[in-house]
Amino acid sequence: MAGKTLYDKLWEDHLVRADEDGTSLIYIDRHLVHEVTSPQAFEGLRLAGRDVWRRDSILAVPDHNVPTIDRQVIEDPVSRIQIETLDQNCADFKLVEFKMNDIRQGIVHVIGPEQGATLPGMTVVCGDSHTSTHGAFGALAFGIGTSEVEHVLATQCLILKKSKNMQVVVEGNVAPGITAKDIALAIIGQIGTAGGTGYVIEYAGAAIRALSMEGRMTLCNMTIEAGARAGMVAVDDTTVDYFRGKPYAPRDALWDQAVAAWSELKSDRDAQFDAVVHIDAASIKPQVTWGTSPEMVVTIDERVPDPAAETNVVKAEGMQRALEYMGLEANTPIQQIQVDKVFIGSCTNSRIEDIRAAAEIVKGRKLADNVKLAMVVAGSGLIKQQAEQEGLDKVFTDAGFEWREPGCSMCLAMNADRLEPGERCASTSNRNFEGRQGQGGRTHLVSPAMAAGAAIAGHFVDVRNLSAT
Amino acid sequence: MQAFTVVEGLVAPIDRANIDTDAVIPKQYLKSVKRTGFGPNLFDEWRYLDHGEPGQDHSQRRQNPDFVLNQPRYQGAQILLARKNFGCGSSREHAVWALADYGFRAVIAPSFADIFFGNAFKNGVLPIQLDEEVVDRLFRDVDATEGYTLKIDLAAQSITAANGEVIGFEVDPFRKDCLLKGLDDISLTLQHADAIKAYEAHRSAQAPWLFAVA
Repeated sequence: MAGKTLYDKLWEDHLVRADEDGTSLIYIDRHLVHEVTSPQAFEGLRLAGRDVWRRDSILAVPDHNVPTIDRQVIEDPVSRIQIETLDQNCADFKLVEFKMNDIRQGIVHVIGPEQGATLPGMTVVCGDSHTSTHGAFGALAFGIGTSEVEHVLATQCLILKKSKNMQVVVEGNVAPGITAKDIALAIIGQIGTAGGTGYVIEYAGAAIRALSMEGRMTLCNMTIEAGARAGMVAVDDTTVDYFRGKPYAPRDALWDQAVAAWSELKSDRDAQFDAVVHIDAASIKPQVTWGTSPEMVVTIDERVPDPAAETNVVKAEGMQRALEYMGLEANTPIQQIQVDKVFIGSCTNSRIEDIRAAAEIVKGRKLADNVKLAMVVAGSGLIKQQAEQEGLDKVFTDAGFEWREPGCSMCLAMNADRLEPGERCASTSNRNFEGRQGQGGRTHLVSPAMAAGAAIAGHFVDVRNLSAT
Repeated sequence: MQAFTVVEGLVAPIDRANIDTDAVIPKQYLKSVKRTGFGPNLFDEWRYLDHGEPGQDHSQRRQNPDFVLNQPRYQGAQILLARKNFGCGSSREHAVWALADYGFRAVIAPSFADIFFGNAFKNGVLPIQLDEEVVDRLFRDVDATEGYTLKIDLAAQSITAANGEVIGFEVDPFRKDCLLKGLDDISLTLQHADAIKAYEAHRSAQAPWLFAVA
């Protein structure tokens, strides 16, 4: 009999019961809650007269709507009501919430791991597609809709059918200057935004093992952009070391017991995957998206693709529409594309390592004249504090960047941070969809270093050629 | 949840692949704390020429005459026809709420994103996956025939065209049953409350750190 994949093991560990057709009840260990996708779920509980099944499994935080400049007032009354509704729901159901002005507040996918509220071997859900982030720790983590949020609140379980197993092996070592973001975009460029649909992806190979936990989170975060609901990386020493001393992590004898169990959280040597994708790490160059889907991606030394060269008619039409929306001509060298704004932040790239990488490029330099706004939005209050202790805020503000309060910010522009129609942005976020960062806004997804490079040069540049000053 | 048994309705085509949920319902409408009222903002950025914000009188906004749902021949459509990977991106269930509130009861496409697919079933909207060639032909037929309708019978798992042609489709038996009866799946799960408690007892002995209250 073939061995088990990490996903097989996590599934079996959380199986409450299964019907003959495979419809299964899966137990959820950690439920992260934010203000946008939860109000209707709490309302549903109230209407049905139901209570929360397990309060201590829940951690709530407002992140999507929060302002990033002045935290004293939320000027948009609709945003304010949504945040107040979360506060009220957490008070009514007696749930732990890190409120907006708590130093521990931040993007839900940043604070879960930061607090040790996400742990290896857990099932983690949240009403947010980027919950895949938490798979970096050898957890089964995926985004759910609001009906499922209500289902987990009421029952601690989800009704699921098992997905297929896909392994993405990134062999060898990446070149200096290549980050997890570049690996993620290169994978999406290869398998497409629907390539992972119906699968759970496990990332493996030397290049993955070499990534820090921050890098693995970036990679697993972007898994949903490849269509897979969950991505994961097996537990190793890097994983275990990350959790030492975290507030919600186990301590003393429980820690030892947990670490022993976590060592099993890897695929068996003879495990069978339904699909395997190989990527050569050494071939990965800095990635820049040119279109309106994350799969519309090229490398920094390439040109904007030409729809005329595409044989698939539906695809060619999609490319043409993307070029028009993006205001780009086919065959333009990527390095000639000028940007108006730069956003460094989001659940993809707002951790301390991301901020350090961007600061290294920015240090001693100034924003280009054509860049109207460049902002750095740390993923949490604690990351912001750490960056300030390292003096990184000064590096950015000296260069002309804005240094903001933590939240989702211009990744999806639910708060006041947004692109105006026609503005072009180098962004470290995860989606370049039409209107994602503001109606008519044009998004190019890049790594933090590449975003910093674009802010300094005023157009995309190959950061491998930009040495630190 | 509204049950889905048989729906016979007008088909509207949106000829694009990878329609993401940001396009289905833009972020500014996600600030609502309700499940209803999203219909006027379905495909907001494609449907209107001006910028939309919550609380506007949408009847006063400038409609985009080129957008397919604004064309007279597709008014009252209940079935949406789209290309591959429909509903990709954000998990926002608001996308399904907006489709349902607008009046769509089913979406036909060659493939769907996983989260959207699950969300649809929970709200009485049936996502139907058909082969790319079949979808391609439906696009041609819809375009060629004004007033093109289809009859979807969930129990029989069949789609019948006006000319009598029948197309079969696959659907997960559990989801089909819930949708046919309009079942609340929380009540179904709570019937297994004892199994959940037994799991918790077993698991907390095996992995107590998962149950340690911080």
